[in-house]
Amino acid sequence: MSQFLQVLLSGLATGAVYALVAIGFTLVWQAAQTVNFAQGEFVMVPAFFVLIGMHWLGLSFWISLLFGLVVSIVLLGLVFKKLIVEPILPHGGITLIIATMALGILLKESAKEFYGAEAQPFPALFPGDPINLFGAAVSLRDLLNLGISLGVVVLLTLFLNRTRTGRCMQATAQNPGVAEILGVDVKRMVLYTFLINAALAALASFLITPVYLAKFSNGETLGLIAFIAAIVGGFNQIRGALVGGLLIGVLDNLTATYVTAQYRAALPLVLLIAIILVRPQGLVGTSEGRAV
Amino acid sequence: MSDPAMSEPVLSVRNVEKSFGGIRAVRGVSFDVRKGEVLGLIGPNGSGKSTLFNCILGQLPPDAGEVSVNGRKVSGMRASQMNRLGVGRTFQQLSVFPKMTVLDNIILAGQEHQGTMLSRLFGPADAGLTEEAERLIAFFRLTHLRDELAGSLSYGQQKLVDAAMAFMAGPGLVLLDEPAGGVNLTMLAHFKERLAAYNVEHGTTFVVIEHNMEFVMSLCTRIIVLAEGAVIAEGTPDEIRSNQTVIDAYLGG
Amino acid sequence: MRGLSLHRSWRLLLIVALLAAAILLPLGQKNYFIYVLTSWLIFTIAAMGLNLTLGYAGQISLAQASFMALGAYTTALMTLAGWHWLVSLPVGLTLCFVVGLVLGYPALRVKGHFLAFVTLAFNTLVFLVLRNEEWLTGGTYGLSGMPRPEFGSFSTDKQLPFYYFTLGVTVLAALGLWAIVRSPWGRAFKALRENPIRAESLGVDTRRFTLLAFAIGSAYGGLAGALVTPLVQFIEPGSFGLAHSLRILLMVVVGGAGYFFGPFIGAAVVILLPEVLRFTEGYYLIIYSALVIVMLVFVPSGLIGIFGKLRARFWPRRQVRADMAEGARLP
Repeated sequence: MSQFLQVLLSGLATGAVYALVAIGFTLVWQAAQTVNFAQGEFVMVPAFFVLIGMHWLGLSFWISLLFGLVVSIVLLGLVFKKLIVEPILPHGGITLIIATMALGILLKESAKEFYGAEAQPFPALFPGDPINLFGAAVSLRDLLNLGISLGVVVLLTLFLNRTRTGRCMQATAQNPGVAEILGVDVKRMVLYTFLINAALAALASFLITPVYLAKFSNGETLGLIAFIAAIVGGFNQIRGALVGGLLIGVLDNLTATYVTAQYRAALPLVLLIAIILVRPQGLVGTSEGRAV
Repeated sequence: MSDPAMSEPVLSVRNVEKSFGGIRAVRGVSFDVRKGEVLGLIGPNGSGKSTLFNCILGQLPPDAGEVSVNGRKVSGMRASQMNRLGVGRTFQQLSVFPKMTVLDNIILAGQEHQGTMLSRLFGPADAGLTEEAERLIAFFRLTHLRDELAGSLSYGQQKLVDAAMAFMAGPGLVLLDEPAGGVNLTMLAHFKERLAAYNVEHGTTFVVIEHNMEFVMSLCTRIIVLAEGAVIAEGTPDEIRSNQTVIDAYLGG
Repeated sequence: MRGLSLHRSWRLLLIVALLAAAILLPLGQKNYFIYVLTSWLIFTIAAMGLNLTLGYAGQISLAQASFMALGAYTTALMTLAGWHWLVSLPVGLTLCFVVGLVLGYPALRVKGHFLAFVTLAFNTLVFLVLRNEEWLTGGTYGLSGMPRPEFGSFSTDKQLPFYYFTLGVTVLAALGLWAIVRSPWGRAFKALRENPIRAESLGVDTRRFTLLAFAIGSAYGGLAGALVTPLVQFIEPGSFGLAHSLRILLMVVVGGAGYFFGPFIGAAVVILLPEVLRFTEGYYLIIYSALVIVMLVFVPSGLIGIFGKLRARFWPRRQVRADMAEGARLP
């Protein structure tokens, strides 16, 4: 039982981080019909920005985190939107999908060339010491990862529902035409969405890299898992993406512990295919509308 | 030619009902269309004519009643099956294949009616349809555009290509969905004249959904007016023009 | 009309010249160079298949490498068991055709990014099976020692004869695809890409053509795989991962999706250019992927599209109906 609790909790912790990535994915899809196949690389890269800050610029770890966050928001948010999405979106969805795939290769190979193929150690944000919770040894890091991720999701939801800008963003996602007529600066709202996505990816990167170490290939599985989480959630709701992320995290941990580790990677894929074919609107989604 | 009124109906609509949620979009509509007729289906916005049109096309299964073409029920039929049964259609929005030439657009519209899957793989590239397609292109006065990409044509020209595609397989019944929409006046006169000429030459039956009253009145031989999901009037264009119920429905709606 | 036939004969001349070049080029060259040329041809075949699925029929697939795997493993297992390559080929092709049909089913329900992810998941599943089912596939160690085919006195054991053998197969495969895209089927595939609803209303059985687009495209992937096995004589799951599907997809897009000769150019850019640009070392993929993005911004129709644009500028439109003008604008 205590092992189960341990597995469950660490699954929830990773799942919450997946959820951050999936939420960013979902927001960008709603606001700009952009399916970002480089999303995994968007999570891989910010950790390297932090390392650059520490090793090349000689900044302290916490300042480097801030540096990494800002650089991520500029490059993965602003530059991504202006230089790639905006000019290519008119050429059609598949063209944009392919462009983001090429971007994924670009980021991956750049990380490999400039920082080496070996995994780089990444300082932990919190101590990994196990603490005792209901008789189970759980890591403090897991608990804090879970807490921070959920806290950010709550803040984001409050922002989207309670502030004027947030509501304008929602209006833009649901119906850009009407939003425009109502005086919403649609372009700016779409840009905000890309910035938020970049910030979420950076946060996820900072939380998850201490576990996985900074490696150029980290994005491969992360991107897929985030997409699966988004799909489980129906691709149109923060709530859905959150549930999807947590579900995948827990399932992944449970299968790794209790079922064959050989086909561990297959489970989310089978889940993905099944959901797309049976319920393309997602498990918790609705078929109509693109409500946040 | 035998009297059209005596022949079997090409299209038969019997007591069709269709509701969405609590809204009864179509309430028990019945009518027949006979060979060679040009039937106009008009009505104010929200009168249920689009819903009815989709029921006739087999796209929406009616809640009650049935639609049959040449005596065969169409409900649940796939669009390609309908087409092979001899039903052609046009679309409200532009529906050509933009990166194919006009000639290829028209040939495509006929090729699936020729031979078998295998003969279409191993037979001639044009399925033996170039001459027929050229005749149709000439009929719509598009010969100079034969080898242009359809997407590079003007809006009105694309509407003509769209119509030519609907006729290519030699259908007995053609459903025209707002053919006049967005077409400029000069092109519209040409379009209407060609449609009428095609009807006379081939005896093809038309069902036209249209907002443009003048277009409907001058093209159709018979008109059915829908309001709030039911037929409120039926008759020749002249009868409809002077029908007080129709005038009220339009002014009220 | 005269312009058109003039254009045709020019093109025929160009094809003959290129074919002659393909025959003469490897003469007297090092084995490694011939090996690279051979893999260019093989990837061209795989890309030709995906070009049918994506470029002509408009259905995205990220699973082409997994069909290369099916073809390669079928050939490997059968030739290792003593069967002739010619016997293993139809088995591999049929397998890929059938599995391709199955993979086409999701395309009947979902499009665009959903389809991309389903096919991506499929590719990874195939990879996992190849890696985990050691009794059949040798797991991560793969299979090795597959013989190269002999045809009477023509042995393909040396690199040059194997190149000519591959060239012959490539020409046949290209002719086959040419016949398909020139036939009414090709027109139906394009109609499916451009406007599936209109196509259906004109009697085109779009379900059937969607499935066929996947099945035929996959069979071409299988053919490429059947050639990889005797070329490399060692196969392992890592050669057929997702990254390779992505590579083939980029070949199609870079060459020009929906252009018949696009895959030849796209595969050349991916396989041959790195050899020429050796001096860029590891930066090659970075430069390449950056250029792909730039290309998609300015000329989404690929390198042949650039060619077409230039020609339209310097050789004012004599006829619009040049076959160069038929490339895909992906949905």
